[in-house]
Amino acid sequence: MLKYVGKRVAQSLIVFFVFLTATYFLLQAQPGDISDQFLSNPKLTQEVRDQYAERLGLTGTPLQQYIRYIKNFTTGNLGVSFSEYPRQVWDILKERVPRTVALFFFATLLSFLVGFKSGKVLAWRRGKRGENLITVVGVFFQTVFYPWFALIMIRTFSFNFKLFPGGKFLNVEKWIDKPDTFDANSVFGRMLATAAVLGLTLLVLEVVTRRMHNRVISQRIVWGGRILLVGIVVVWWMTVWSVMLPYALDIGDHLILPTITLALIGFGGTMLLTRASMLETLREDYILTARAKGLSSKTIRDKHAARNALLPVTTSLVISLAFLIGGGVITETVFSWPGMGQTLLSAALQEDVPLVIGSFTFIAVLALVAHIVVDVLYMYLDPRIRVGD
Amino acid sequence: MSAPDLLEGTVAASEEALWRIRLRLAWRGFRKGWSSFVANRIGLVGLTIITLYGLMALAHPILMHTVWDPKIYDPVVGYDAPVTTKVIVPDGEVVDIATQVDLFSARLINPMLKVGETLDVTEQPAAPSRTHLLGTDPLGRDVLSQLMYSTRAAFMLGIVAALVTVGIGTTVGSVSAFFGGIVDTLFMRLADLIILVPFLPILIVLSALFHFELLHLAILIGVLSGFGGTAIILKSQALSVSVKPFIDAARVAGGGRMHLIFRHIIPNVLPLSFLYMMFSVTDAISSEATLSFLGLLNINMSWGIMIYTANSQGYLLSSASYWWLLLPAGLSVTLLAGSFYLVGRAMDEIINPRLRRR
Repeated sequence: MLKYVGKRVAQSLIVFFVFLTATYFLLQAQPGDISDQFLSNPKLTQEVRDQYAERLGLTGTPLQQYIRYIKNFTTGNLGVSFSEYPRQVWDILKERVPRTVALFFFATLLSFLVGFKSGKVLAWRRGKRGENLITVVGVFFQTVFYPWFALIMIRTFSFNFKLFPGGKFLNVEKWIDKPDTFDANSVFGRMLATAAVLGLTLLVLEVVTRRMHNRVISQRIVWGGRILLVGIVVVWWMTVWSVMLPYALDIGDHLILPTITLALIGFGGTMLLTRASMLETLREDYILTARAKGLSSKTIRDKHAARNALLPVTTSLVISLAFLIGGGVITETVFSWPGMGQTLLSAALQEDVPLVIGSFTFIAVLALVAHIVVDVLYMYLDPRIRVGD
Repeated sequence: MSAPDLLEGTVAASEEALWRIRLRLAWRGFRKGWSSFVANRIGLVGLTIITLYGLMALAHPILMHTVWDPKIYDPVVGYDAPVTTKVIVPDGEVVDIATQVDLFSARLINPMLKVGETLDVTEQPAAPSRTHLLGTDPLGRDVLSQLMYSTRAAFMLGIVAALVTVGIGTTVGSVSAFFGGIVDTLFMRLADLIILVPFLPILIVLSALFHFELLHLAILIGVLSGFGGTAIILKSQALSVSVKPFIDAARVAGGGRMHLIFRHIIPNVLPLSFLYMMFSVTDAISSEATLSFLGLLNINMSWGIMIYTANSQGYLLSSASYWWLLLPAGLSVTLLAGSFYLVGRAMDEIINPRLRRR
């Protein structure tokens, strides 16, 4: 198991390196660069121009520049952003990566869970009324023009119903009186840490109780544990971090609508795929056997069919991850959510090459990590491809 | 199984011309496929929508040459601002924008006006009327004409992207399945690299830094998806074809590598490629609309640009009263992309018998 993960990580590193090189040379090949904007000023003497070029790292052949870039990259120096001039690219990324990861993670989780459950039910009800309608709804979400859809969501939920704010990361009016001891990033970091700890503990609880034989007791433990954990989190925020609570709630309020929008975009594909995969599974002989044994249809659906139908869905999750990341870029742009996608777009529009490479590579890292996670998950789900063990 | 491989043994015995047999077999296969396609209502809905949009695209040049005056109806440089007479009402009491105007806006035009008087207003996003069935956009251009003009661009883009995708995907898939070894590894690792990186960010970066037109975009989308996901799927299909007995038979009969690939493997992979063509059209149409919406493409008119115009001129939040600015274009992208997808799914059920209803 560990060996397999190690191998995947090593492969991904190679892929990442190839990707970085390709990106670098692709961006080098674009007509003109930032130096044109600085250097074409007639008031600048040749010496000053040379100094600028030197300072921005534009001297030497493309190969020399590339080698210098890679050297700096390995030490964590991604250069200086041109559009937000004195800031380091790395600092900008450090601020925005968590925001994208949060949006992407919650949306993927939500769309996968809802898509899988509804696809399962849809396949089970095959041939009943409303089946075509639900399929059309699924295809609608799969192929809808995202910016338009996101605009409709904003209009409906934030303008008509006034349920959620219509964009941005936080509401500045509420943050004016904030004490100086913390800032938005630290509040958001704490929120993410809470979510991560809560999620991991719930997962461990789930896995541990799966092994128990008595269903009734394990169910009680699971539910008790869930309530206890959520209670601890609530109490913790009310007491220890109570100063930050209103601000955290503000950020959370801004997070809900983009997450739902992104999840809806991804959900259609998962639902349709689960349905197709369930339909194939339902023809297997062991489903007939299970029926003949007289098991209840819910047991057959959830335990026998759905667990096997999960495999192809997980495989396709790999492909849909890239799809969701692409949708995330649009969601961030339309919702003015200051994450990697929005950074990439504005950097690309301003020809800020270091920031483009930086944010582009981090989107690739996000995709790579997500792939590895899905691969490991797949191995856990399908005993046939468990390596080594 | 398509026509050519069924024929291998029967050519000598037959007295009919070869092309007639091929044609007849192809026709028979088409009719069989068509009947199961019609049985699936979802695919038929998709095909109907595609046909409707196709008719719209065809009708546009005809209308421009006959009924519509290019000065008014040209999708890019046309201009018309219908004059309407509006009643002036006190500020904040406007109920119907089509017939009423508030005092503040009226006084911007003529400071002497009072409540209750009428004012002739030239309207730029004009509401749908008999002359402009879907109204005009914020720059005074006819929305219906724009919509129909953009349909042609969408079809062109989708078809070019799909042809490039399938051309590359089928060739790469068949070649790497047939040769295996280093060729296979090279192409498949390349495909892995491409599917790994999200599609849209690549297009955003490239179209922001380079000058892109519609054809470039279509070819780029085709190349990316042809070397990417499509190649992987078509390769697995080609692999299962290349172990069939008729391939060995053709090889024993003295067929060269190129003959085997192009006359035997590719024709058998084509039905599946055709399916992926549909999905590729969907991708191309929605990517183009998204990129135009972000203002990244060098195109003068498309559905994405119609939404971009409405949004950048600030009509987003009044989209209930100015519905004709956002709804037709957004719905068209969704409908056309969705209907190609529906047709693809219906074809999937024909090509892939395991999905068929028992």
